Amino acid sequence: MALTLFYITSAVAVFATGMMITRLNAVHALLYLILSLLAVGVIFFLLGAHFAAVLEVIIYAGAIMVLFVFVIMMLNQGQKTMEQEDAWLQPGIWIGPSLLALILFVELLLIVVLGGNAETGHVVDSKQVGIALYGPYLLAVELASLLLLAGLVGAYHLGKPMIKTKKSGGNS
Amino acid sequence: MNAGLGDAADIIGILVSVIIVAAMLIWVERRLLAVWQDRLGPNRVGPLGLMQVVADMIKMFFKEDWIPPFSDKLVFILAPTIVFITMLTGFAVIPFAPGVGIIDFNFGLLYFLALSSLSVYSIVLAGYASNNKYSLLGGLRAAAQTVSYEVFMGISIMGVVMLSGTFNLREIVEAQRDGWFIIPQFFGFIIFLIAVIAESRRAPLDLPEAEQELVGGFHTEYSGMKFGMFFVGEYLAITLSSAIIVTLFFGGWLGPWLPPLVWFCLKTAVGIMFFILLRGALPRPRYDQLMTFGWKILLPAGLLNLLVTGAVVLSLHG
Repeated sequence: MALTLFYITSAVAVFATGMMITRLNAVHALLYLILSLLAVGVIFFLLGAHFAAVLEVIIYAGAIMVLFVFVIMMLNQGQKTMEQEDAWLQPGIWIGPSLLALILFVELLLIVVLGGNAETGHVVDSKQVGIALYGPYLLAVELASLLLLAGLVGAYHLGKPMIKTKKSGGNS
Repeated sequence: MNAGLGDAADIIGILVSVIIVAAMLIWVERRLLAVWQDRLGPNRVGPLGLMQVVADMIKMFFKEDWIPPFSDKLVFILAPTIVFITMLTGFAVIPFAPGVGIIDFNFGLLYFLALSSLSVYSIVLAGYASNNKYSLLGGLRAAAQTVSYEVFMGISIMGVVMLSGTFNLREIVEAQRDGWFIIPQFFGFIIFLIAVIAESRRAPLDLPEAEQELVGGFHTEYSGMKFGMFFVGEYLAITLSSAIIVTLFFGGWLGPWLPPLVWFCLKTAVGIMFFILLRGALPRPRYDQLMTFGWKILLPAGLLNLLVTGAVVLSLHG
């Protein structure tokens, strides 16, 4: 039962990701990407990582993708970008990435056939995640927060000249 | 897997009653607003005007269901269903009374946050697909508003999670036997309330649809049943929000004398009426005021609340 559900969800995820890459309309592509993220959330849930599943939906599908849609809507360019996209997606471009993906796929097949440790069925609760994050992985958490802080400062810096000119424009 | 499922009667009962409540709110809101504004409100159809809901529905069904030729058709049709579906599925984790509920999920609170953040797609995509400047502005406002307010919404309820030590809504209610969380978490409650109003896009924070400046905002191009979906979706959002507020801060089904389910419904009804009163009482802020207020006041306040709660919990238990 769980295995069938897993394969169905994975098929949805792979299909949605494929559709996401090949769509010409950016908003349609984003919708497929959201679907793919939701499918990954369900896969996490099936594997027993309930906490990761919910966070996947809240953070990726619910927050980051909303920002993507927001930006694409702001740049709302319609037909012109679709033609541009069409020109970029020539069949020849697919050869390189497809070969690389094929190698990964063969590796995955080998692991599955040779019997790796794909079996993880136990439920992970939020407490265990917290203990792991602030125990053995504390350094990684700190590094990630530093990276986010750098991003924040960078965004502020980029936005600052705009704020200044706006103010001086208002006074003069 | 400890996500126990309620029995079929529960599920159907909850689904039907939630939809009926959301539909009846059309009448309740108009009538209550009228009372508060010293008018009569809809009182012609049936006793006390109660059948006004049916009249409104018949009217909506007979309206022309128009899809603008310049719109992105698929997304245009898809958009109104999203808010409806996400808000309805949100009720799955609400603990109505001991033993009454659809699923008992360990991350019920996070599940609610996830669904409320997904519901914004409805508004954003409606704004995009309409291919109309007013709708687009409404959609942009909705995206910015929800992404900002989601942050404080999550932070403000972490105090409750710390005090009860769980994300499970049933256990959060049980943890309030000695006292409702509104008392130790008063600031958390205020922040959560503001964030919830912003998330459900209700007046006074209904900037995405602001009739006076954006015609109808994101639903300018919508008519007939598709508009009805947005309309009922908003009432579902109000009902879900009051149910969550009651669960988190007002002790859920707990209360003396009356049966638990009655207590839960009474508290939720008071919550819904409070939402309607807010619409009648407060003016709408400007868009930049809303964003500034969120990031400069609510975010630090939420973090401070989190810090103090954490320190107190640690000093009491540590």
